[in-house]
Amino acid sequence: MALSHVATTSRSQLLKPLTIISSSLRHPISTDTTPITVETSVPFTGHKCEPPSRTVETNPQELLTFFKDMALMRRMEIAADSLYKAKLIRGFCHLYDGQEAVAVGMEAALTKKDCIITAYRDHCIFLGRGGTLLESFAELMGRKDGCSRGKGGSMHFYKKEGGFYGGHGIVGAQVPLGCGLAFAQKYSKDENVTFALYGDGAANQGQLFEALNMAALWDLPAILVCENNHYGMGTAEWRAAKSPAYYKRGDYVPGLKVDGMDALAVKQACKFAKEHALKNGPIVNFSPVDTLETTLVELLEMDTYRYHGHSMSDPGSTYRTRDEISGVRQERDPIERIRKLILAHDLATEKELKDIEKEFRKDVDEAIAAAKESPMPDPSELFTNIYVKDCGLEVYGVDRKEVKTMLP
Amino acid sequence: MSGIVRNKISAFSVQSLQRVGPYALSLRGYSSGAKEMTVRDALNSALDEEMSADPKVFLMGEEVGEYQGAYKVSKGLLEKYGPDRVIDTPVTEAGFAGIGVGAAFYGLKPIVEFMTFNFSMQAIDHIINSAAKSNYMSAGQISVPIVFRGPNGAAAGVAAQHSQCYAAWYGSCPGLKVLAPYLADDARGLLKAVIRDPDPVVFLENELLYSESFPVSSEVLDSSFCLRIGKAKIEKEGTDVTITAYSKMVGHALKAAETLSKEGINAEVINLHSIRPLDRQTINASVRKTNRLVTVEEGFPQHGVGAEICASIVEQSFNYLDAPAERIAGADVPMPYAANLERMALPQVEDIVRATKRACYRSEPRAATA
Repeated sequence: MALSHVATTSRSQLLKPLTIISSSLRHPISTDTTPITVETSVPFTGHKCEPPSRTVETNPQELLTFFKDMALMRRMEIAADSLYKAKLIRGFCHLYDGQEAVAVGMEAALTKKDCIITAYRDHCIFLGRGGTLLESFAELMGRKDGCSRGKGGSMHFYKKEGGFYGGHGIVGAQVPLGCGLAFAQKYSKDENVTFALYGDGAANQGQLFEALNMAALWDLPAILVCENNHYGMGTAEWRAAKSPAYYKRGDYVPGLKVDGMDALAVKQACKFAKEHALKNGPIVNFSPVDTLETTLVELLEMDTYRYHGHSMSDPGSTYRTRDEISGVRQERDPIERIRKLILAHDLATEKELKDIEKEFRKDVDEAIAAAKESPMPDPSELFTNIYVKDCGLEVYGVDRKEVKTMLP
Repeated sequence: MSGIVRNKISAFSVQSLQRVGPYALSLRGYSSGAKEMTVRDALNSALDEEMSADPKVFLMGEEVGEYQGAYKVSKGLLEKYGPDRVIDTPVTEAGFAGIGVGAAFYGLKPIVEFMTFNFSMQAIDHIINSAAKSNYMSAGQISVPIVFRGPNGAAAGVAAQHSQCYAAWYGSCPGLKVLAPYLADDARGLLKAVIRDPDPVVFLENELLYSESFPVSSEVLDSSFCLRIGKAKIEKEGTDVTITAYSKMVGHALKAAETLSKEGINAEVINLHSIRPLDRQTINASVRKTNRLVTVEEGFPQHGVGAEICASIVEQSFNYLDAPAERIAGADVPMPYAANLERMALPQVEDIVRATKRACYRSEPRAATA
């Protein structure tokens, strides 16, 4: 029987209409790759480029993966909130809940050989790149099983083998670093790209434009992604930027404005950007005007939102209204969007999805318990990893006569 | 690296004597017809050889390519290695230093040239926060095999914004290695060593030294020649007082030592080579022998390299000091332009002589002892 209702967020067509709606005859959704076509919530807006189509190809497996990944990320961030309030996490803790669609949509368009680099709101990107819950929670709590063995903390998660280069605390610094990764990919002739993420606050940084200029000049396979959650800490975008059309800020660099709460739109945009960045072949016979427009670099603006404040020290409600926050949660929540899509296409029941979420709650609790068991780093770790090649260096502790060590 | 050549005299002796420098060479009349090489050529040959040996090494900076280098240090490299490996950048230090560090994250071995280290201040966040600290913060996952090099300190008449010495600033930062060559073989051996080194290095050259020539042995000219990072060198052996210096000031210290020898003071001159790690072992061993210390540097005195050396002596060799340590440093002022004022702002040979005599409690000249 054809579907008797239409999803409110999109018109969709099944290529193979289901004849019997019954869970026993449905394909197991975790492996079903039957194509499904979905329209993004809003069309893309292009700057100096033809935007991709708003019709996205997906399949049940992907939709379920999106749901699961985002639900896990959401649970992890909520749990981190509690841990911070319980004083098990110290220092800075910048939470990503609300923005999950950017992380999962991007992962769907990339491989682990592509590189991602971001700023300090990095827990979910880390998870998307192959990080585990235990590595996350242990790092947040400063324990030795953390991804940086407890020496980095919330802002310094890395997973080099998954193509994740951090985790950076200085606003904007990650953009030149990301262009450097792209430089190295081109130099090494790897057919891969780098996605350098930054926020609407960092979008005003000078070094971003310096790096963008060089990336465009040298045809680096770099994609700059502005995760525009509309607030740079407590400063709304209209108070910080003369031109908050961040996707246009690249001037000669093509840009795309994307609904960052729609994981499928994010995936489409990232796929588009990656293909654009890898386009080879010199362009002959171009006029000076064309030269400006032929750049491999792409600038994506993800229109997204964070439910939490800038960090755990920021309630997030002094510079925005609670109505605004709950409004976005109701209208645009990324997980709810995918849930509705899954239900509309009868790919799972509500109970099955709720069970998945319950399962994740358990996984998160277990990971936290294991992380709590993980010991703090050994005192000798104070002096490790300062250099790769220690060279007979004497390193001193606070009291030079008491604590000093000779690096090998 | 298997190519590292230890200096001739054993490095394991307590006094950590390194190969005796050209002062002694000229006395001995080195008989195999020693070649001479400018510091510029020494650096150029080091860059050339390391780029030839390792395809991951590339050079990036303002005017390094088509201009042949602002000071011609990278002459001929663009022609030899092409624009993919010798890259002219726009005048955007923060941007290209960050790009260099990112490339190093991925596994390449960038050499980022600053036209002078004064401009490195625009990129200092990337040198410290992105390069120096990454290996530690990532517990070893992200290493940064990058070299930041360029002229440091005063040139001639370039005034306040173009004359600062950054040895103390970078030297205080854990995670960085900071080196400063003087002779041509320092320049060659240390630059080759730092390009091969897997850690972020700040390599402080000196514009006025680029054209100076020094004798080089065939050992130095061999492509496997490489010095060890972290070892200071006794440029001139002595018995009465230890003078430490780095970069251009080593030349001044050696001249001062010559003047002093006519007055019966036999100074030992240490060419530091390495600001970080600082070779405290060699310096302390020397002071324990001579019992007196004079530190010489071009940079600002407060919190400078000399201050750290004095502190090290006080901590480790206090009882060996027969006189308070003396510090000669740049004047505590922004560098003036007028030639006479500039001269007053930088250490001159007579300043080193005077301070050394004070350290030796000798204010009048004495006849030279036999």
